[in-house]
Amino acid sequence: SLWIRFILIQNRAGKTRLAKWYMQFDDDEKQKLIEEVHAVVTVRDAKHTNFVEFRNFKIIYRRYAGLYFCICVDVTDNNLAYLEGIHNFVEVLNEYFHNVCELDLVFNFYKVYTVVDEMFLAGEIRETSQTKVLKQLLMLQSLE
Amino acid sequence: MPAVSKGDGMRGLAVFISDIRNCKSKEAEIKRINKELANIRSKFKGDKALDGYSKKKYVCKLLFIFLLGHDIDFGHMEAVNLLSSNKYTEKQIGYLFISVLVNSNSDLIRLINNAIKNDLASRNPTFMNLALHCIANVGSREMAEAFASEIPNILVAGDTMDSVKQSAALCLLRLNRTSPDLVPMGEWTARVVHLLNDQHLGVVTAATSLITTLAQKSPDDFKTSVSLAVARLSRIVTSASIDLQDYTYYFVAAPWLSVKLLRLLQCYPPPEDAALRSRLTECLETILNKAQEPPKSKKVQHSNAKNAVLFEAISLIIHHDSEPTLLVRACNQLGQFLQHRETNLRYLALESMCTLASSEFSHEAVKTHMETVISALKTERDVSVRQRAVDLLYAMCDRSNAKQIVAEMLSYLETADYSIREEIVLKVAILAEKYAVDYTWYVDTILNLIRIAGDYVSEEVWYRVIQIVINRDDVQGYAAKTVFEALQAPACHENLVKVGGYILGEFGNLIAGDSRSSPLVQFNLLHSKFHLCSVPTRALLLSAYIKFINLFPEVKATIQDVLRSDSQLRNADVELQQRAVEYLRLSSIASTDILATVLEEMPPFPERESSILAKLKKKKGPGNLPDMDDAKRNVNGSTEHSEKNEGSTYPLTDLLNLNSTPSAGPSLLVDVFSDSSSPASVDVSEENFLRWVDQVPALKILPIKKKMEVLVINLNCVLVNFRFVCKNNGVIYENQLLQIGLKSEYRQNLGRMYVFYGNKTSTQFLNFSSSVTSQNTLKTHILSTAVDPVIEGGAQVQQILNIECVSDFTDAPVLNIQFRYGGALQNIAVKLPVMLNKFFQPTEMTSQDFFQRWKQLGAPQQEVQKIFKAKHPMDTDVIKAKILGFGVALLDGVDPNSENFVGAGVIHTKNSQVGCLLRLEPNAQAQMYRLTLRTSRDSVSQRLCDLLSEQF
Repeated sequence: SLWIRFILIQNRAGKTRLAKWYMQFDDDEKQKLIEEVHAVVTVRDAKHTNFVEFRNFKIIYRRYAGLYFCICVDVTDNNLAYLEGIHNFVEVLNEYFHNVCELDLVFNFYKVYTVVDEMFLAGEIRETSQTKVLKQLLMLQSLE
Repeated sequence: MPAVSKGDGMRGLAVFISDIRNCKSKEAEIKRINKELANIRSKFKGDKALDGYSKKKYVCKLLFIFLLGHDIDFGHMEAVNLLSSNKYTEKQIGYLFISVLVNSNSDLIRLINNAIKNDLASRNPTFMNLALHCIANVGSREMAEAFASEIPNILVAGDTMDSVKQSAALCLLRLNRTSPDLVPMGEWTARVVHLLNDQHLGVVTAATSLITTLAQKSPDDFKTSVSLAVARLSRIVTSASIDLQDYTYYFVAAPWLSVKLLRLLQCYPPPEDAALRSRLTECLETILNKAQEPPKSKKVQHSNAKNAVLFEAISLIIHHDSEPTLLVRACNQLGQFLQHRETNLRYLALESMCTLASSEFSHEAVKTHMETVISALKTERDVSVRQRAVDLLYAMCDRSNAKQIVAEMLSYLETADYSIREEIVLKVAILAEKYAVDYTWYVDTILNLIRIAGDYVSEEVWYRVIQIVINRDDVQGYAAKTVFEALQAPACHENLVKVGGYILGEFGNLIAGDSRSSPLVQFNLLHSKFHLCSVPTRALLLSAYIKFINLFPEVKATIQDVLRSDSQLRNADVELQQRAVEYLRLSSIASTDILATVLEEMPPFPERESSILAKLKKKKGPGNLPDMDDAKRNVNGSTEHSEKNEGSTYPLTDLLNLNSTPSAGPSLLVDVFSDSSSPASVDVSEENFLRWVDQVPALKILPIKKKMEVLVINLNCVLVNFRFVCKNNGVIYENQLLQIGLKSEYRQNLGRMYVFYGNKTSTQFLNFSSSVTSQNTLKTHILSTAVDPVIEGGAQVQQILNIECVSDFTDAPVLNIQFRYGGALQNIAVKLPVMLNKFFQPTEMTSQDFFQRWKQLGAPQQEVQKIFKAKHPMDTDVIKAKILGFGVALLDGVDPNSENFVGAGVIHTKNSQVGCLLRLEPNAQAQMYRLTLRTSRDSVSQRLCDLLSEQF
């Protein structure tokens, strides 16, 4: 079975801007994974693929300015589907925060979780329509 | 501060985050955090009741502090209070806190579950979604117990909102993964399948994931999903891109849903119904056709989305492996990608072609791309792409192109990245052996390997070349001549000295007629390398020298002088000293006849599968495709692999006594297990110890005496482990101080193990601690309870380990124990008998079902077979008990031959269930068994076969 094990957003310095875990890890293990992902992803350049083998899994990642969006999945899973899954997610963030930047993710960390849960749940892609996700997010925003 | 400028609530939170960001040092940050924690604590403890907004703000601050990496030990109650707020924002923060900081044995679980229950019943879709997301995020057993039966109702109820259905489907999926036993199948399953027809594509997307996961576990229950998935897929791929508006992504219609549907179809064989089958073929053709159309957009998003679907379609085509036209078309499409300017596409094309190479229909088509792949090896900038190119060359190799491919790999090896050299060495060694028509080519290739990448040539590789030379007398003279020439180089790799020493020691006589390689010249050549070599190599050379004494009486005196020299007889290394003494003595007192008998030429090794293959498999880890082709190549008739066997070369180690022996003494166990410092080798060494002893009677050189004792002790420790394959209780370790006993029980993918530590002395053990390390925490999870640090004399204490099998695994976890006895610190490491077969559930089935499934699992990589000698008397009742103990159901009357045993069971892991069939055929006359395992996963077949075959 194929599913996302975790999603990480990190900046170049290795600061985590979002960590979403879809399987049980203890805190030390999480920290180790975060550091390992940072180490493998940041050494790669534009000539490299957007995929890296990682333990028994693989990381699909995409860099936007100083931020790395990383998804860890099974080795046999569909690379390009997740690569565009990341981009779809980033476009939603961009729309929702009006030109999203790293600081938006810092100050609104609790809202970013809501966006993630709308689009990915239980390690699966939940909703892919940007229109539908944004409509839902605006509705939730209006409840504040 | 964008957040503040956007006018959101919680100004205090934004100010706090800004403060933290402005801290110049870690100390300043900690100070600021402590101040905030004190503030929040006082607010929570204060007399004045906090309003919802403040509570939300403080809980959110605590969450932020936790996410910065600091411990939070309060605020849980306040977070739980937020769950029952009527305001969405307050509820949301409450649920977020619970999801991130959840602690399953918390006292609050009941309160949390109560709040969730209320929200699920609220009929407010926003609140229902929050609750469902919380369950999906936490996925704990307690939550599964409380809600697993309720969620299916929400999912299939007619009046449930679409967005709630999406969440409910995935929530159920999560619970099915974490606690499959608690998610009941029922009449809802049929209705879930019909969600594939839903109007709302978001619901279809979520439902497809759920159905795929359930279908993997019980395909029969979800068979009807095939036709619905094909219909849905067909509507998507033939739609005009505007039809699906919201779900069109850069002019590609519903790419993610298409991928998921194609995945779902990969749980099943090609549809039998002709109409359905042709409809699916049409879909796949349409997808292949679209790849040839001009792009509708220049954006990479467009091509990525389109190709995501294309690659998944190709996976399905390969999975079905039944439509030659589609397979060849897929191969041509991938061929185009091999030259694409996008690195991602080149990489994926290489990867995907690797699997195509193993299909008999497309193997030849893949081979036409050899030149492109070879040039990728030379020009690609990303090492992972070059790695895929190596994999593909390996996969497409057969007799027709082996020489060229091996030559290209060798030349690549000269400049290859360090990270992949060892793997290339293994691949070259395997191909050279597999496709050698003429063994001189094989010997040349391996010696080249040692010359180019000596450091990466593992023992398996050079053991193997020796084994082959010994078994084939047509190549012995050539091998002796070639190593002799190679040794002339002023600087040659130590591995070459080892191979050279061994081969000349056995076959130096074949070239001794030539005065340029007379016995004395050979000896001087070898001995000129002696002082630059490590101890194990020197030990090997000493053995070669004693063999020379037998082969060439004329150099006896010279060699005796060398053995007699102080640097040998008084060598600081015990092993070398002992050899020198014993060999000198042997050569002095034994008659020529005795010498000739003791030092006779090595007998041929039993023909076995190369251990290099096993090594490569371990290196690559599970789920990696390139290995699968080894078995598959049978289809192409180019080689014949029957049994896969590991460690076959170990007799060599023994004869030459190379392995430095672990020091004897109470800490022996630690030594033995620490020997396996590279995690992947643990199981190999287990087997090796066994084989090692198997081979002892074949000893021709007389080393070891005292080492034998050590060997026997080692063996006990190791055997303990195999003893527990078919049973769950007993003593796993005992020395003068401590006894460790086990009781274990397993259910599906979970296990509980009670470990009993008995203090056999009358003195206290102090600072007692025990921990479990498992090689791969992504594959097995183990939680252990704490043990009291003091164990009184004569007392016994208990520890409980909770084990979860996440996916199929090989490495057993290790129990590390440390305590102080008297003044001395004791360290003990014991491998726990947690093996894959513990997660078996037996399956009863009829003869007809059995053979039908047996046929379905007929792909070469799904079967592993081993033929082996009986180690114990062949008693039918004992064999039956062992098979039952192994965990499968023993099926009577299924096999037409009543002497045979067949069994069936399902391995439960958190990620999947793997159905498994086995057949054991005893041959009483030959005292041999043939064991065949078929499962849907090659790594599982291999592992189970390894485990069970050691039992008879």
